Amino acid sequence: MAEVKYSWPSRDDSRVIGQSVDRLDGLAKATGAAKYTYDINPKNLLIAKALGCPHAHCRIKSIDTSAAEKTRGVVHVEILKEAGSEIEFQGELIAVVAAESEGAAIEGRAALKVQYDVLDTFTSDEDLAAAEQAGRTSKAGGKAQTEREPGDDDDEDEFIEKEIDRLLKESAHVVEGYYGVDAITHCCLEPHGSTVEWKDGKLEAWLSTQNVSGTDDGFARDLELTADDVNVYCEYIGGGFGSKFAPDYWGISAARIARATGRPVKFMLDRDQELKIAGNRPSGYIKVRIGADENGVVKVWDSVHWGTAGFTGGGVSHTVIPYVLVPKNYRRNATAIKTNNSQARAWRAPNHPQACAMSQTAFDDLAAKMGKDSYDVFLANLKAGNVDSQQQPAVYIAEMEIGAKLIDWKAKWHPHGKGQPRGSIVDGLGMALHTWGGVANDSTCQLKIYPDGGVESFCGTQDLGTGTRTVCAMVLAETFGLKVNQVKVNIGSSKFPNSGASGGSTTVGAVTESHRRASQDALAKIFDLASQELQADAGSLEAVDGMIRVKGSPNQAITWKKACARLGMKPLEVSASHKRGDASPLSSSGVGGIQMAHVEVDKETGVVKIKKFVAVQDQGLVINPKTCKSQIYGAVIMGIAFALHEQRINDPQTGAFINAELADYKLPRLGDVGEIVVELYEPEDQRSRGVIGNGEPPVISPGAAISNAVCNALGVRVPVLPLTPQRVLEAITKQASRA
Amino acid sequence: MTESRKHSGPASGFSRRAFLKGSGAVAAVTALHGQQAVAEQNQEDTTLVRGATTISLNVNGKSHQVKVEPRTTLLEVLRHQLDLTGAKPVSMDGSSGASTVWVAGKTVMASTTLALTCRDKEIRTVESLGGANPDAVPLAFVKHDAEQCGFCTPGFVVAVRAFLDKNPQATEEQIRQGLNGNICRCGTYANIIQAAIDLVKGGGNG
Amino acid sequence: MKAFEYAEARTEAGVLELLSAEPGKTELLAGGTDLIGLMKKMIVTPDRVVNIMEIPSLKVIEPTAEGGLVIGAAVTLDDLLENDYVREYPALVQAIRGINSMQLQAQGTLGGEVCQRPRCWFFRNGHGLLAENGTLAAEGDSRYHAVFGNQGPAKFVSSSRTAPALIALGAHLRVLGPAAEDESFLPLSEFYRAPRQAGQREHVLEPRQWVTHIVLPPPGDQHNATYEVRDSEGPAFPLAAAAARLELAGGVVRQAQIVLGQVAPTPWVSQVAADVLRGLPVTPATAEAAGQAAISEATPLPGNQYKVQLAKVAVKRAVLLAAGLETGGF
Repeated sequence: MAEVKYSWPSRDDSRVIGQSVDRLDGLAKATGAAKYTYDINPKNLLIAKALGCPHAHCRIKSIDTSAAEKTRGVVHVEILKEAGSEIEFQGELIAVVAAESEGAAIEGRAALKVQYDVLDTFTSDEDLAAAEQAGRTSKAGGKAQTEREPGDDDDEDEFIEKEIDRLLKESAHVVEGYYGVDAITHCCLEPHGSTVEWKDGKLEAWLSTQNVSGTDDGFARDLELTADDVNVYCEYIGGGFGSKFAPDYWGISAARIARATGRPVKFMLDRDQELKIAGNRPSGYIKVRIGADENGVVKVWDSVHWGTAGFTGGGVSHTVIPYVLVPKNYRRNATAIKTNNSQARAWRAPNHPQACAMSQTAFDDLAAKMGKDSYDVFLANLKAGNVDSQQQPAVYIAEMEIGAKLIDWKAKWHPHGKGQPRGSIVDGLGMALHTWGGVANDSTCQLKIYPDGGVESFCGTQDLGTGTRTVCAMVLAETFGLKVNQVKVNIGSSKFPNSGASGGSTTVGAVTESHRRASQDALAKIFDLASQELQADAGSLEAVDGMIRVKGSPNQAITWKKACARLGMKPLEVSASHKRGDASPLSSSGVGGIQMAHVEVDKETGVVKIKKFVAVQDQGLVINPKTCKSQIYGAVIMGIAFALHEQRINDPQTGAFINAELADYKLPRLGDVGEIVVELYEPEDQRSRGVIGNGEPPVISPGAAISNAVCNALGVRVPVLPLTPQRVLEAITKQASRA
Repeated sequence: MTESRKHSGPASGFSRRAFLKGSGAVAAVTALHGQQAVAEQNQEDTTLVRGATTISLNVNGKSHQVKVEPRTTLLEVLRHQLDLTGAKPVSMDGSSGASTVWVAGKTVMASTTLALTCRDKEIRTVESLGGANPDAVPLAFVKHDAEQCGFCTPGFVVAVRAFLDKNPQATEEQIRQGLNGNICRCGTYANIIQAAIDLVKGGGNG
Repeated sequence: MKAFEYAEARTEAGVLELLSAEPGKTELLAGGTDLIGLMKKMIVTPDRVVNIMEIPSLKVIEPTAEGGLVIGAAVTLDDLLENDYVREYPALVQAIRGINSMQLQAQGTLGGEVCQRPRCWFFRNGHGLLAENGTLAAEGDSRYHAVFGNQGPAKFVSSSRTAPALIALGAHLRVLGPAAEDESFLPLSEFYRAPRQAGQREHVLEPRQWVTHIVLPPPGDQHNATYEVRDSEGPAFPLAAAAARLELAGGVVRQAQIVLGQVAPTPWVSQVAADVLRGLPVTPATAEAAGQAAISEATPLPGNQYKVQLAKVAVKRAVLLAAGLETGGF
């Protein structure tokens, strides 16, 4: 057998790849047949509900479980935090009640008697001075870079200080800005949790996870088992967004309770617990000065930013400040604030959305100050090479041209605050650009070709909603010349070969790597078998339309089934892997993307509405344009959410996460998203780079793009996202009182 | 409307007797505490249920015997006893619309509906739109990829079906105004709008 | 949920038999959109829940002899939207439309909408309606709290979205109890009150009193409207709202009713706003003046100054809409 050269077919030769294919599990999801972790109901199931700490900071004095244990229907009570424990954020789970029904579990939970010593809280993450005064801050790194090097005798800090001052003084235009974005949560609609059951000493765990292949280890470690003793299943997951990589201590608790009671246990977080403890994105606030030349090319950037990733500190990394548009001279410093909130988790494109919203707003304010079109200022900086990105400036420029046409930028743009009002409504345009890696994760595909022509793959990956099953099937169908419904894809079980966690836009690259490799390897073997019958060299064969045929002589062919029949009695089994980071012709990393927003603002009420939103996105080779576009639509809508609606609100007095129910945790609705236009940027020079994930990149820019559009409409910067009516009105009032 | 009577205005006071018609034979209801556990107690004017009881629910055209307590929600019964898990528990208070089902033809949130209130009423769930011959709405959701993680999708499918039943000729603007009772976190709204527009155009409203 | 006893009444008299005289022991269940969520969170923990949805007389929408309208407490909001009589009360229709959720409209009833509990997040997080005698809200995050009538311990806002319209339209409630023979007609404007001590409800009814019907006077010339300032198309509660009813003659306002919602512990009847309009034609300027007058009584908390502006705009736009004019905004 000749050595297989892994590759994708050219655009012209592709029959499945690049076609818009309906997702294979779409109907199961749309008719309620798809079973999520929350839907798994083994016989004799116990429902577990946990008591979340009502205080943001306290010490547990005592826990009395006796009344809970006596509550009718309650079977088991487990304490998670012993008396004496310090609790540093609201919602931390203290004890669990497992009962015959949800109602009984909730009643039992209410009967838990816990006494607390309430301690001081701090949650004012926007207020740096207050945080410093409260001793809650720590340095979180920084970097300075200047074109001129300090001399040997210079104190480096002093030199940088002087150099920054000099560059600012020499700048034709200087902007001082303040920007920020509040902490938000992941708010998965299926909350974190599991349904677990012990069978013959082994743990069967249905876990809502983005990490099927990695969480068996997680359970095993904490329960003192081996990974072989644990099977994790996740056929469907109701949202993850970066927050569902581990079993979490409540998953382990479920397993313990199931072991203690000898019964299956379902332990899903309540909605408020999901928001309070199961994932949030750090806040970020920045003070920045930038200096630019007469063309709007930024020469110097000087910023300090701060924020919180929860009770252990942390915040937005300084490494992505300023974002994508990076001048040659800059100084950036970050401060982390410890607040009484749960620890942040990776939220779709960690650090980037905040960095974009804290940086590209300043570039837009520069345009405003100069009275120039923001598009031209962004373009000037791209052309001047003020770029630190995983994508080429030329690609951004090409994407900007496409975006500008789609949103009719040149016709609709007006100088900041100078639009023609319609009653109290003003409109405005804004843009932003972003970058992301999207490298393919580890993945192994086990492939079985049956003598009857059946094709089945097994891969321990999961489908977060990206359409993972569908792209796997498309790759197999493409390779074998079959239809998508002629192959079967099995995912969502830790029994299947290892595939990496779905995080960081690494899944589609990963699974298409492993499936393409395995299928090309298998096809080579099928070609060997077919070549005997066709009396042709295996290297001259191709698989097309259910046939194996000789290239150039379509009549010299046998059916796929007939070729597979030559396997004899046993199926052909092939396994192939991709290792993250290995160079490959099938995948790569590094994308760009630009977005433009057209908004309307009611100046009297501060209400902002999205009129139109354009996203132009590159992601190398697109396997399934339909699901690929859906990722972008969804990302834009998630971006509209944090730009206009959602925020974690900590009550300043109690530290409580006071809006942790969906009635108060505001998310956009169907009527809030305006017209969204998505354009996949896939010229040959991008397509030839292979597959690159796109789950993260399109969620990065909406914050900055919408903030810039609102600023363009009003002529006033509303500094901190989300741009609520309160904040819009306050910004207008502040501006008016200044004038 | 179930009854039609003439009333005079509030100033003159409309007939109390008419309002209270047929209410004369109320048996004394036992006090709230210290009574025997009685599963169900029926009087002419009232029904009392205390503790667990078995009731009959008509779901998707079939009658089911289910065991409920007064506090058992319709959602718990559907999901735990009938394995109809299309309706999802997402919010405590029904803000998400994920548990939307039909009860007596109305789109209600099963999460905030007590099972006992659904006796003698026709209940329909998203599963009634599936099976061998799926309804046009779930098919349009597939065609327009109006789903990602899919957890909100069944609730949305019921909402779209109900909306189009009432508004078969809905304009895009009406679609954008009429489907705001459901939350999607993945952001499938743009695709749902297209699915609904297509259903109106294609007459997939039967 | 705490275990409770389920009771279903099939007549109005049956309800009274089931209601406890002790506060908090019994709750009336209509659509359940608010009550069930509160019970799941153990904020409300009755011993008995009385379902009133099976009482035929509570499901009527009927004209009165005088040309008004009687609406049963158990009539669902979507049935109101489809009713020809109700259409003659634009302010009510607009308020119901604003809820913007087919589920809440199909499940929720007018009686429940009027009687729903405050959305105050301190209340909903278990701190009680007055939340430490008002200090939690006054010193905490009060962005959605009252900017009028908030000098007492009650800082929450009345959450009903139909009440401003109903009050502006002159609605009465038909109330039964506490005794079996007691029937009264209470102006809706007198139904709500700001509680002054813990345990008091946000309305004046006693535990054994309950609302059977909402009674509207004749619709008149339909110069009425509701305007809500909403930050989303979803069912989230408005940041401020106002209903206006105008009696116009010869191009000028003879009488006006202006009622604000979501800004005070009760629907807030603004006599000063109404007075400003009397004798004047409705124009953007006079509507603005009415809004300005309304907010002369505002007493914002440290964290909700912005709501004063929203209250002003809500009044202005409700007045403009009532007069059939454009609002100039969303």
